[in-house]
Amino acid sequence: MSVVAPPDEAQAVDGPSEVATPGLERQAERAKARQGFLLGLPAILYLLVFFVIPLGVVVAYSFATRTRSGRTELRDWNLNAYARLGDDIVLTVAWRSLWVAALTTVICILLAYPLAYFISTRSAVTRNLLLVGIMIPFWSNFLIRTYAWRVLLDSDGLVTQMVQATGLGDGRILFTTNAVILGLVYGYLPFMVLPLYAAIERIDWSLVEGARDLYANGWGAFRRVVWPLSKPGVVAGSILVFVPSFGAYVTPAILGGNKEGLLGSYIVLQFLSARNGPVGSAVSVVVLVVMLLGTLLYFRAGGKNL
Amino acid sequence: MSKGVARSTAEPQGLSRWWLRGHSLLVFVFFYAPIVVLFVFSFNDSNAVGNWKGFTLGWYEAFLDNQNVHESIWISVKVCLFSTVIAVVLGTASALALERFRWWGQKAFDAVLYLPIIIPDVTMAVMMLVFFGETAHWFNVIPGVDLTSGLEKLVLSHVAFNISFVSVVVRARLANLDASMEEAAADLYANRWQAFRRVTLPQIMPGVLGGALLAITISLDDVVVSSFVAAVGATPISVYVFGMLRKGVSPLVNSVSVVMLTASISLVLASLVFSRATGSEREERLKT
Repeated sequence: MSVVAPPDEAQAVDGPSEVATPGLERQAERAKARQGFLLGLPAILYLLVFFVIPLGVVVAYSFATRTRSGRTELRDWNLNAYARLGDDIVLTVAWRSLWVAALTTVICILLAYPLAYFISTRSAVTRNLLLVGIMIPFWSNFLIRTYAWRVLLDSDGLVTQMVQATGLGDGRILFTTNAVILGLVYGYLPFMVLPLYAAIERIDWSLVEGARDLYANGWGAFRRVVWPLSKPGVVAGSILVFVPSFGAYVTPAILGGNKEGLLGSYIVLQFLSARNGPVGSAVSVVVLVVMLLGTLLYFRAGGKNL
Repeated sequence: MSKGVARSTAEPQGLSRWWLRGHSLLVFVFFYAPIVVLFVFSFNDSNAVGNWKGFTLGWYEAFLDNQNVHESIWISVKVCLFSTVIAVVLGTASALALERFRWWGQKAFDAVLYLPIIIPDVTMAVMMLVFFGETAHWFNVIPGVDLTSGLEKLVLSHVAFNISFVSVVVRARLANLDASMEEAAADLYANRWQAFRRVTLPQIMPGVLGGALLAITISLDDVVVSSFVAAVGATPISVYVFGMLRKGVSPLVNSVSVVMLTASISLVLASLVFSRATGSEREERLKT
């Protein structure tokens, strides 16, 4: 009898087939299941109290009543907050968030794909060095990296001066939605490069060679072989970029203007200034549902590894 | 690797080859230019952020003199240490429970464990705000607990999102390990604790440390959740800097930023060197 039961056998503990197992083995399995549960228990309790219940409170808030003084009271359950989601202002902000997140994702793909491809075709040593080069911004402080753009985009900052020198425009994009998109692309680009690299690196290049032998030109081989094989990476990267961009708060707060808010800022505004807990909660719940759907797509695309 | 032979066919020829190289170079410039510029401008002798007026160490002196900044850094360090230790213990235990055992409710717990990773910062922040708003008076009944100070709330909420990150990293490590070593230890009459202490723990250590580094980074990085639960007198440095940025930028932010950035980049480099070291050590052990 093995001490560690194979998973399929152990899972049978849940099902009715457990009757078939001999008593001794069943007892051992039960003891082991209990041990596993006890080991997980502290984390289960912690997340129950400090994550699941808070989430429940937010959901409850979204159906609660706002008093005139701006307090949220958990009584007279209603759908008023959700009805407010149809307001023009909310819809405008939601569309803008969707648009900003989508554009950020597309720009990230365009920037990251050639780079990931380039890294994949390097020798092992160069590849590792380049990957470290991606990991450093990936891990360094997000707030500070976003703030760095404020220095560059300042009315007499370097980028503004460079744009003015080339005569392409006056280059003043700070505190506009364009600056927010730039900041989001900068912040989340590593999230795109890494899964793309993982997908492209895994490609069996002999397939490309085969395509070339069959007289496909470089572009044809890319379009018919490399691109389809790297698609899981594109999907994974897109979701990793889209999801946080959609709920972004820090980047718009630093680089964006007051007039062109995004959903993240709208939620914060509802809680800290407008003192409208139910509406803020309802928007949070909707954003969360969008994120969950996005993530489900991610797992269905098979991108479990990053 | 057979891939290596054919890898040359992957690189495009002619013009597109140079385009690919040029593009990649530009993206790297895009990654690093802002960081370099921020570093340079932290020595700028001007009250305006944008244009260069001359070299000074004044903003670093201002940083050294600023008591509020020191207090905030100290708060950040405390929150980070406490929350990381708790999250590492709980996260590692839950990783073991999920990877090495089969129990009732496991799938549900697994699903919930992923939520803090994908939930938007703002939603998490709102959750913590309303939760502590509704329940702080219950917690304060417990002797020795005072949630009004803010420090406890910061630690509690950082643990809430870091357990998941630690658990995912440790699980990835556990999944690649053969459980047969633990079984062998059990066959040799080691009890569970001994088997864990002598066999499992040394093997998952790189995963545990990796998870700890991730937890430290995320805790120091967090602005949104922290700014929702922080109280007066317990403002972590990220929240302090965020506040400075919104009030109007003083170049003091630049020197503080460079210090924070240096700290986070050193952390990454340390973890890379560390993982390289343990990786090669493992390879050598395999060779002998």
